[in-house]
Amino acid sequence: MTASIQLNRTPRVDYLLRIGDTCLILAQRLSEWCGHAPILEEDIAMTNTALDLIGQARAVLTLAGRIEGQGFDEDQLAFLRDERDFLNPTLVELPRGDFAFTVLRNAMVATFLKLLWTRLEHSTDGELSGIAAKAVKEARYHQTHAFDWVVRLGDGTAESAERCRTALADLWRFTPELFEDDAVDRAVSADGFGTAWSSLQADWTAEMEGLMAEAGLTVPAPLVFRSTGRVGRHTEHMGFLLATMQHLQRSYPGAVW
Amino acid sequence: MMVTDDRLAAAWQVLDGVLDPEVPAVSVRDLGIVRDVRERSAEAGGGLEVVLTPTYSGCPATEAIEASVVAALVEAGLGPVAVTLQRSPAWTTDWITEEGRRRLRDYGIAPPTGRVADGAQPIQLVGRAAARFDAAVRRAPAVVACPRCGDANTERLSAYGSTACKALYRCLACREPFEYFKPL
Repeated sequence: MTASIQLNRTPRVDYLLRIGDTCLILAQRLSEWCGHAPILEEDIAMTNTALDLIGQARAVLTLAGRIEGQGFDEDQLAFLRDERDFLNPTLVELPRGDFAFTVLRNAMVATFLKLLWTRLEHSTDGELSGIAAKAVKEARYHQTHAFDWVVRLGDGTAESAERCRTALADLWRFTPELFEDDAVDRAVSADGFGTAWSSLQADWTAEMEGLMAEAGLTVPAPLVFRSTGRVGRHTEHMGFLLATMQHLQRSYPGAVW
Repeated sequence: MMVTDDRLAAAWQVLDGVLDPEVPAVSVRDLGIVRDVRERSAEAGGGLEVVLTPTYSGCPATEAIEASVVAALVEAGLGPVAVTLQRSPAWTTDWITEEGRRRLRDYGIAPPTGRVADGAQPIQLVGRAAARFDAAVRRAPAVVACPRCGDANTERLSAYGSTACKALYRCLACREPFEYFKPL
């Protein structure tokens, strides 16, 4: 039984889905560490971070559903959309990799979200600004924790540094997508609902360069390649992730407990 | 039927006894998450409306708190009760009352230190990297006093704890581990 929902897409809906899906999909990846993290403290840290992100996703998807207008709730948006209708940047859907990959991606995404929420505190939409005011504090804590680890591993043993370098090379080419403006960004920034993601690039790059310098890592050269998750064209990993995440609601539509 | 002011005062008193399910030492009033209690208009169904502000975005206790607020007020004969969630302004640990902080300490949880007010907590690095990190973005770590012996000589064991709102610490004086309610 396929119970997929179809959305009436507008710039505001797309903009919110991009944010909500970023939080939701990274949370799904982080939750994979539950019971598998290298030490107990990090098992707790990764799952707590995932919990914060799911909370943020719930709030943003609820708002997206309200603005979309057909009455879909957060659960329907999370569990009943098809792959092409998820608008997270590719970066967050990549398999969780090793711990260096995980903390480096967390540092990149937390920095990005912190800057985004900071801007969205001034959204003309009262609900969105309220969500942002809460989420920005959580993102700061996630960023601090992730930065700690990137420095510890990058400036650590020969092996931890090598793993960080590998992770950086693997992740960096998916970061330009975060700052590519399109019609959605232009529409929501024109009326003050949102902010164009490209406006965060300078601050994001400065913070990442500071981190790289501290961790003894070299910022890779710019690349021509652009990933396309934000417009719904995903990597082969996304389908597997959704199969796990959506399994229960797809198999037993409307199941509750 | 009681007049409005009496009903509202009675409701606030009942809320004094509704405890946080994750930290059963403090009430929802101590936590500062009750923004308002008001009468609902007859058109809206009458009864009381309680306005709550969620603590953390993903706090799993939010729904349990809503349910226990409604149950307590109904049991006290103040129903029907509706709960409204209000996100803005966002909850901060600054809103935990002095009484709440005292109760947390008595329960063995160090209350949040300082005031987060503007919420800006600069990036803080630990270990040898911290010594070299630009002082402009580094903040002296807050002193977290042991809730048992009061000694300020404590260390952080883990940035995260048993719930999203807490971190794990250890007292270097009395050697007891304890939880710290993170300022947010």
